[in-house]
Amino acid sequence: MPAGDNPAGSIHPKASEARLDAIRNEASSTGKVVTGAGRANVDYDPNRPIAGAQDYYGQGVLKPPTWTWEVPLYFFVGGISGVSSVIAFVGHLFHADPQMLRLALWIALVGTVLCPVLLISDLGRPTRFLNMLRVFKWRSAMSMGSWILSGFGGFAFLALAINELIHYGIQIPFLPLLQWPVEFFSAVTGLLLASYTGVLLGATAIPVWHENRLLLPAHFLTSGLGGSAAILELSGFLLPATQVIGFMAAGLETVVGIILELRHGRVSAPLHHGKSGVTMRLAGGLEGPVALLIRILWHSHTSARYAAAICFLLGSVSSRYAWIWAGRASAHDPQALFEEQHAAMAAAKSRA
Amino acid sequence: MTHKAAFLTDATVCIGCKACEVACKEWNEVPEDGLVWSGFSYDNTRALGASTWRHVMFLEQPATAGPQQVDMENPFRWVFLSNVCKHCVNSGCLESCPTGAIVRTDVGSVLVQSDVCNGCGYCVVSCPFGVVDKRHPDGRAFKCTFCYDRQSAGMIPACAKACPTQSIRFGQLDELREAGAVRVAELHHRGYTDAQVYDPLETSVGGTHAMFVILGQPDAYNLPPAPEIPTIYLKSAWTSALVSALVVVALVCAAFLF
Repeated sequence: MPAGDNPAGSIHPKASEARLDAIRNEASSTGKVVTGAGRANVDYDPNRPIAGAQDYYGQGVLKPPTWTWEVPLYFFVGGISGVSSVIAFVGHLFHADPQMLRLALWIALVGTVLCPVLLISDLGRPTRFLNMLRVFKWRSAMSMGSWILSGFGGFAFLALAINELIHYGIQIPFLPLLQWPVEFFSAVTGLLLASYTGVLLGATAIPVWHENRLLLPAHFLTSGLGGSAAILELSGFLLPATQVIGFMAAGLETVVGIILELRHGRVSAPLHHGKSGVTMRLAGGLEGPVALLIRILWHSHTSARYAAAICFLLGSVSSRYAWIWAGRASAHDPQALFEEQHAAMAAAKSRA
Repeated sequence: MTHKAAFLTDATVCIGCKACEVACKEWNEVPEDGLVWSGFSYDNTRALGASTWRHVMFLEQPATAGPQQVDMENPFRWVFLSNVCKHCVNSGCLESCPTGAIVRTDVGSVLVQSDVCNGCGYCVVSCPFGVVDKRHPDGRAFKCTFCYDRQSAGMIPACAKACPTQSIRFGQLDELREAGAVRVAELHHRGYTDAQVYDPLETSVGGTHAMFVILGQPDAYNLPPAPEIPTIYLKSAWTSALVSALVVVALVCAAFLF
């Protein structure tokens, strides 16, 4: 039985009568017990109750996210792919380099192929992925996301197809007329795709996620913006526009990093400590101040722009993992939940 | 056929026999949920989960109230409570489910339809009580069905049927809500001044179909003191998404004008 079915994970290999005898002997001789659930060295004092009034043996109240490695990667790819369609549409409006716009449309399309593959492989029953499209629920961010991804997929494919037909000089009536609305809707759905993932985390019971519900959509969208510009730069489009976008995205991510650093209290502990905290800080540093400083200090150097782009992409992808890990840590911490809810109760009482 | 069915689970009469856990497993054919020595008093079940739909908690507490007669140096009490899915009036898992697999039944309970669930895992993080979970390697989400099959056939849920002390009472929501208040009043009268009904009516969850009579604070039972349905966060999160989207468009425009 794999981990996840119960809080302690799998059947302890030593869960046997012999092990029970060993535990009894150990307890009688040392007064300490190493339990099978991994709660090592519980101090056993026969005169005092071992569970306080604080929580239930330190176990989490909530269930941690069950999502596998595909989901944070999907957040990352979806963000880049979505914003690429925005760059393609706006760039088209401002008569930017057609080669770059073509690449942006290709990035969007590759994203629309990768995203469903990542999402479906995370499902417990992948063959039932179409069940996502049997209902439309405003009140489920996951349902909205399924429809956004489907819509974006269609528009991004059409936008690229029209662009390629025009690129190869194939004459079809009304094609140039159709191009504008298709690119527009691909940009709109792309924006939704890049930002809804923040709503998806923000509208859950996990304290560290819903506490940051205002920040997450903006954070993920900015991350997608910088990531999209970074890929265009790494593909050789070292235009002023990609430089400016990269600069602004790194600047905004620096602000996000500062906001996260200023968060305090038990709920925000996963942002600062443990695996999630370390990754969050490293990732935030890379896509924020590091990328920003490189762009400011060596703005005329080609290799520095590549370095800034790579830093931003690395920071962006690892921050998505950090957010999922932070959610896990948050679910495992009962005191964070109690602190948050007692504060809310006190606030409600003082209002009344 | 009852409408608005409910559980009232009373910690003050539970003897910790775990007959409810066993009856639930037997009737619903729920698979094994781990064989681990937890070190948590006599509780080796540890928590509700995909394959644990009733969970008897064992609390070892300093007795803060009640008519204890012996060992007044170390006033102590051993409290048991059979935890279960709350079948919320406003249900986080139901609202979050993108496939429509989770539905409200005619008895007011919340049911995961296993033939529709595709295991996306969003209900798991949307439950403010940490009840529903994904079962491995099955891949789908599972939780208490409120024995909807038994109720449909006019029988009471297996756990309530098996309970030898009527700690688990099954009946009409309104009647049991009243019974809970009566029971707490009686307990207060008998000196258990920290007895209370756990039924979060004041929050966005709007009450539950599984209420509890507990001694002491809900925190000790890992019951959230003020659970909220996560959909209350949607408005601000989407507003942030839309405002950020506009800002991003403006920034991209500015970049191409530059």
